[in-house]
Amino acid sequence: MTEKAVEARKKGQRKSSDDYTYVGMVFHRLTRHKLAMFGAFMLIVILLFVFAGPLVWRADPNEQIEGLEGMFNVPSPAHPLGTDDYGRDVLARMFFGGRISLFIGFISAISSTIVGAVVGLVAGYYGGWADDLLMRFTDAMLSIPTFPLLIALASVMGKGIGQIILVIVIFGWMIDARLVRGLVLSLKEQEYIEAAHAIGASANRIMWRHLFPNTLAVLIVSTTIGIGGAIIYEASISFLGFGVQAPFASWGNMLQNAQQFIWNSPRLIIYPGLAIFMTVLGFNFFGDGLRDAIDPKLKL
Amino acid sequence: MDNREILVDIKNLRTFFYTEDGVVPAVDGIDLTIHRGEVVGLVGESGCGKSVTALSIIRLIPNPPGKIIGGEIFFHGEDLLKKNAEEMRMIRGDKISMIFQEPMTSLNPVYTIGDQISEAVTLHQKIDAVEAKKRTIEMLHLVGIPEPERRFSQYPHEMSGGMRQRVMIAMALSSNPDLLISDEATTALDVTIQAQILDLMRGLQKKLGMAILIITHNLAVVAEMAETISIAYAGKIVESASAREIFKSPHHPYTYGLLQSIPKFTEKKTNEPLPAIEGMVPSPYHMPKGCRFNPRCPFATEKCREEEPEILEFSPGHLVRCFHPIES
Repeated sequence: MTEKAVEARKKGQRKSSDDYTYVGMVFHRLTRHKLAMFGAFMLIVILLFVFAGPLVWRADPNEQIEGLEGMFNVPSPAHPLGTDDYGRDVLARMFFGGRISLFIGFISAISSTIVGAVVGLVAGYYGGWADDLLMRFTDAMLSIPTFPLLIALASVMGKGIGQIILVIVIFGWMIDARLVRGLVLSLKEQEYIEAAHAIGASANRIMWRHLFPNTLAVLIVSTTIGIGGAIIYEASISFLGFGVQAPFASWGNMLQNAQQFIWNSPRLIIYPGLAIFMTVLGFNFFGDGLRDAIDPKLKL
Repeated sequence: MDNREILVDIKNLRTFFYTEDGVVPAVDGIDLTIHRGEVVGLVGESGCGKSVTALSIIRLIPNPPGKIIGGEIFFHGEDLLKKNAEEMRMIRGDKISMIFQEPMTSLNPVYTIGDQISEAVTLHQKIDAVEAKKRTIEMLHLVGIPEPERRFSQYPHEMSGGMRQRVMIAMALSSNPDLLISDEATTALDVTIQAQILDLMRGLQKKLGMAILIITHNLAVVAEMAETISIAYAGKIVESASAREIFKSPHHPYTYGLLQSIPKFTEKKTNEPLPAIEGMVPSPYHMPKGCRFNPRCPFATEKCREEEPEILEFSPGHLVRCFHPIES
């Protein structure tokens, strides 16, 4: 490097990776990832819609307009997105339903990833009978037909958001567990894990400090995709009558509810459908970019 | 003859691997003594049990399939094989450190090298993060890494192989170990870097005074570094003496063969091919009867095919496992 270049670098004219902390570097790379930025934009729009929307449009999502003329109204200044089969304001229901759907999606996707990661790490790291036991249990869970059990479970546990999250986690951690186990099986043979043993690191330290961060890239993608999946899962559970209970809205139960009117009022299906679509796509794009940005081996 | 305190005393170590195809006696009765501050070379071909010996010392033999089935490893007078897992963990990386062959993969890709050396420091010393960082930068400086403050926050992929091996050495030495095991630590590096790393290790050994066990297949590496050399063949030590003795007057036919196969500058130019040792390393599943070297040995007799020789003192401090040692 010429002295001039060194000077230029000192003045910060061209930033190298040395000039960033890890978080700073990830952020920097993320901002340069076009698809991730598009995903982030979609998510910001959705979040603004859901959280700032009610400040602008103050309507009660559960208030019903009595009589036939209140039902299936087309969009008008009084109801920007029209009304549904009970004569409720669809826009307001979209706001509040979105909050619930996003909350359920977030919490249950993150929780099932954590459960899956723990199971996968322990199984993959210890191997032997622990691996056999945990993975056969995982297989068993995967082979259970979800819906009949879901109904049984929901009737035992009662109805509510907490219960939905629990149910989604109970049936959602297995894929993550398998992913992590497979990764750990190959990662633990890496020399840096042997080196970690050689400096006297304990089993717990090796699992959580050395193996776990190396699986994060995969887990983040799996979680972001999982958020979309969980939102759809919530919709199915709500449809069965065990999810978010009427009159409270979620995008899932709005979608399911509108199914019966698909020929008369297709817009009732389009609004929540589009919202779910945008959310899932936004998370997937963003997750994809995040994975690239997190990977320290990758130079952008 | 060596009146320094004995640091490591391996007696009749036997480490076997129980695989689906049969039992592999990877290490079958290895004896090795390392004095305080001594540099010992353990030399042998692939599969002679030299790496397994190293892993046995720090008890990191993958189990299953591997198992230490016999022998003793005294370290500071205590048998490491009688220690429980937790006690052993406290010794690893503290009193005994190890550096590995592949510097490219021996560092965790998701942490900065500073983080990783600091981890080794804080695992065994009760110091806070600020002091650990100070110590880490000191170590990086010690192993000759320029701009240690900047390197501290770099990731392994931003460094070359030689640099990474320096980082590994810094990590291994951060706790002032009594014994450093170098398992083919320079093998993966190109020759100029190899020389630099060997220089560095030699310098650090003089400065810090730890004992080093150098495991290699490369006689040139131990010729430069080691005071005493043990030659391993098929899970056993066949010859052991001071480095000078080994190179000047090898007595075991295997050692002799190894040395013959190295080209020499002083020899007159000939068109003769380099002498090589005939045959192959025996399959670990079918060890030959008698002396394990007998199928390849030009001096083998009936006795060699029937009986296994003991390791005996040929001359003071020079041990040979052979019925017909070569007089030179």
